[in-house]
Amino acid sequence: MKHLLSAGDLTADAALGILDTSDELKRTLLGREVKKLPTLRGRTVITCFYENSTRTRVSFEVAGKWMSADVINVSSSASSVSKGESLRDTALTLAAAGADCVIVRHPASGAAHRLAHWLSEAGISVVNAGDGMHEHPTQALLDAATLRERLGDLTGKRIAIVGDILHSRVARSNVLLLRTLGADVRLIAPPTLVPAGVEEWKVPVHHDLDAHLSDLDAVMLLRVQAERMHGGFFPSAREYSISYGLNEKRFAKLPEHAVVLHPGPMLRGMEIASAVADSPRTAITDQVRNGVHVRMAVLYHLLAGEEEKV
Amino acid sequence: MTLIRNVRPYGEGAPVDVRIEDGRIAEIGHSLTVPEGAEIIEGNGDVLLPGFVDLHTHLREPGREDTETIATGSAAAALGGYTAVFAMANTDPVADNAVIVEHVWRRGQEAGLVDVHPVGAVTVGLQGEKLAELGGMAGSAAGVRVFSDDGLCVHDPLIMRRALEYTKALGAVVAQHAEEPRLTVGAQAHEGAMAAKLGLTGWPAPAEESIIARDCLLAQHVGGRLHICHVSTAGSADVLRWAKNRTPDLAAKAGEAIISAEVCPHHLLLTDDRLADYDPVNKVNPPLRTESDAHALRRALADGTIDCVATDHAPHAVQDKDCEWSAARPGMLGLQTALSIVVETMVRPGLLDWRGVARVMSERPAQIAGLADHGRPLAAGKPANLVLVDADAEWTVRGAEFASIAANTPYEGMRLPGKVTTTILRGRVTAKDGVATEVKVSA
Amino acid sequence: MTPRESVGAADAADERTLLSAADVARTIARMAHQVIEKTAVEPGEAPVQVTLLGIPTRGVPLARRLADKIREFSGAEVPVGTLDITLYRDDLRRRPNRPLESTELPPGGIENCLVILVDDVLFSGRTIRAALDALRDLGRPSAVQLAVLVDRGHRQLPIRADYVGKNVPTARQEDIAVELSERDGRDAVVLRRAGA
Repeated sequence: MKHLLSAGDLTADAALGILDTSDELKRTLLGREVKKLPTLRGRTVITCFYENSTRTRVSFEVAGKWMSADVINVSSSASSVSKGESLRDTALTLAAAGADCVIVRHPASGAAHRLAHWLSEAGISVVNAGDGMHEHPTQALLDAATLRERLGDLTGKRIAIVGDILHSRVARSNVLLLRTLGADVRLIAPPTLVPAGVEEWKVPVHHDLDAHLSDLDAVMLLRVQAERMHGGFFPSAREYSISYGLNEKRFAKLPEHAVVLHPGPMLRGMEIASAVADSPRTAITDQVRNGVHVRMAVLYHLLAGEEEKV
Repeated sequence: MTLIRNVRPYGEGAPVDVRIEDGRIAEIGHSLTVPEGAEIIEGNGDVLLPGFVDLHTHLREPGREDTETIATGSAAAALGGYTAVFAMANTDPVADNAVIVEHVWRRGQEAGLVDVHPVGAVTVGLQGEKLAELGGMAGSAAGVRVFSDDGLCVHDPLIMRRALEYTKALGAVVAQHAEEPRLTVGAQAHEGAMAAKLGLTGWPAPAEESIIARDCLLAQHVGGRLHICHVSTAGSADVLRWAKNRTPDLAAKAGEAIISAEVCPHHLLLTDDRLADYDPVNKVNPPLRTESDAHALRRALADGTIDCVATDHAPHAVQDKDCEWSAARPGMLGLQTALSIVVETMVRPGLLDWRGVARVMSERPAQIAGLADHGRPLAAGKPANLVLVDADAEWTVRGAEFASIAANTPYEGMRLPGKVTTTILRGRVTAKDGVATEVKVSA
Repeated sequence: MTPRESVGAADAADERTLLSAADVARTIARMAHQVIEKTAVEPGEAPVQVTLLGIPTRGVPLARRLADKIREFSGAEVPVGTLDITLYRDDLRRRPNRPLESTELPPGGIENCLVILVDDVLFSGRTIRAALDALRDLGRPSAVQLAVLVDRGHRQLPIRADYVGKNVPTARQEDIAVELSERDGRDAVVLRRAGA
């Protein structure tokens, strides 16, 4: 059974296959009255969200529905999850309910791997829609799709990922995918927000954003979560903003063609100045739009392929 | 009367026979005559060692009898070659008073397969705030001589100092779970490349090493006895080596080492590479570290920097292990695999001979805990607490076949060398050929 | 890899050439004449826009060649587009995953047009059924016709071509390969025995 658990599982060919499919789907659906393809008719996709995330959940739901899958949403507040049912029992329930694909968002790193472990035997695909601080592979794919639209082939493109690398699943997936696609990735963050052992990621780590701005094709800003701001990782939101926020002055130093991405939700003023967020060179709304097509492509690649021989 | 035929004490020399009488070794020699009516144990050239002593076992009774009881844990211990085990205090209720420790002691005696010595909690409820009634536990029928808040660190330096001082009067040792809590908030895996990749909060090595350094200094300062539980990092071995060499005069004055340390089999064999699939069977505290840590620990065990092997046998229910990583309880079964892993990591590579195995699995732990009748030389007149080991046998680990109620072994399916064939407690066979002697449980 | 490519090195004894390059050119020319004839407007009738939609992969160059010939013979400019049917197939779960080809309608769209679907081989009819489904999501042509270079029989659906270059009776296990210079470096129609 096929799963998408980590961006690191994708070869360059597989990743480009998904991105090309996504582009094609986007063109196919452009301007159509009926945004509905029969591709996944009769397949059941269950989104299982143990964390709040309107953006990602809706994106997956629309993706599934546009491909005619039956999409069922399970959220932690609305199901027995909140009654303390174990993840494994929930998984077995979803299997018994006839799911073909489970899309899971969970606060525990590795939760998608565990689900895949329990569901593989039942022939159910698992898509990791964000697990703790581990990965968020479809976010990385939609970021890559957005960057490709603006920059073309990503080979050799200079991309900086800025902010809370330590706690970010978006950063982990992006580093893996962008490296696979041949981009020249660098991390820029305060030393307290970079994990020990980052050397194994084989990307340079810097602490000075200003020194890199003029040399970049894209800047990918990460969320700084509220709980981190009080966790002593940096002295104050003000100091973070002064050192790592993308203000207008820094934005002006970027090359004309450089793209700014943010996985949202944004902290305007701290991570990114409002004027920057609303600039046409900022691709944040494109990211959201591409999210649907990329997720359609992922579902297509996972569910439309060859069935296992019985 | 029992006669063991054809065994090799410490794996050395030609096979001999051992006659046991009244729970003691009566005679060791070549081709001893078989006394009338004697029980014969065929040794088949097995290695004969003093019965193993485990300073670190979780038997879960009282509180979690669904995962292990003193009876099932005793059977697992006997099958693993143990004749004495120390049952950690983090039961429910906590073993922080004479009533609980006496209960554990008595249950162990009833089971009769292994001497179950309860470990008393250092602080009330393992809360780290107020010393438990250490004297009361020491003076109870259980005669507690090892105190530990294991599972939690006695992190307050003043409380630790007082514990090290106070236990001097009791002839007892404080066993420290070295984990600086502020450095390990939410920690899930060894802080390093694997945790970074998996997005698991790191458990940094200095959180262990700093507490070891602090407590070694405190123990030497007050002249109290300190034992470090489950040493897991290369840096910890360095700190221990430094501390032990620092005040040899002081140690000599005390008549025995002030500082001792144990290492767990899993830290000798397994590394955090195993975490890649997030199977919580590999979750343990302290966490699996790196290859270089494991090698440093093997060297430290070989050269005596680390005194002994202890299992940290920690049974857990399926639902506490077959779940997402962060929700899983830390710990793994160890009693029935410890010897094989010592053979694999220490004997086969030539780091320890069988005398060395006797030292790290029996003699040193017995000395540290002050047991007079375990870990004794194989000689006439000594207590017949013995284990026979088929050094050449290999076997495949199957958690479901273990005597423990729980089955959370990280070695499932592995082929391991060295097999305990017979365990003898005071002259009585407690386990033979993979079967523990019938437990006489009083309801 | 498609079966067509995988048997590229097959032994000559296992294949038979049904149409040479010259045959292919002649056949396409004849089909162009047929299209012109059949879509001719009777006096007094309102003219209707003929549009060719090639089905990837080889239906696309075929549609272009057909349009070229129609222009050559009648002077009429026939818009050409492509219609990928992958997402509409009913055998998606039974076959290895395939990349999507592009769907590109001519600038005028297909609304009220006479759409002629163009494909290389007509076999079970399932591709054409999928194409009709895909077409429905794209607009409402006034009529839909079908042009194929080869009809090899074995239909599984009630579908019939309006323009057939060549009817080739085949055994089910035989493989018909249409080769076009745009993709394959030469023009030919080849019959291959199964397992070749």
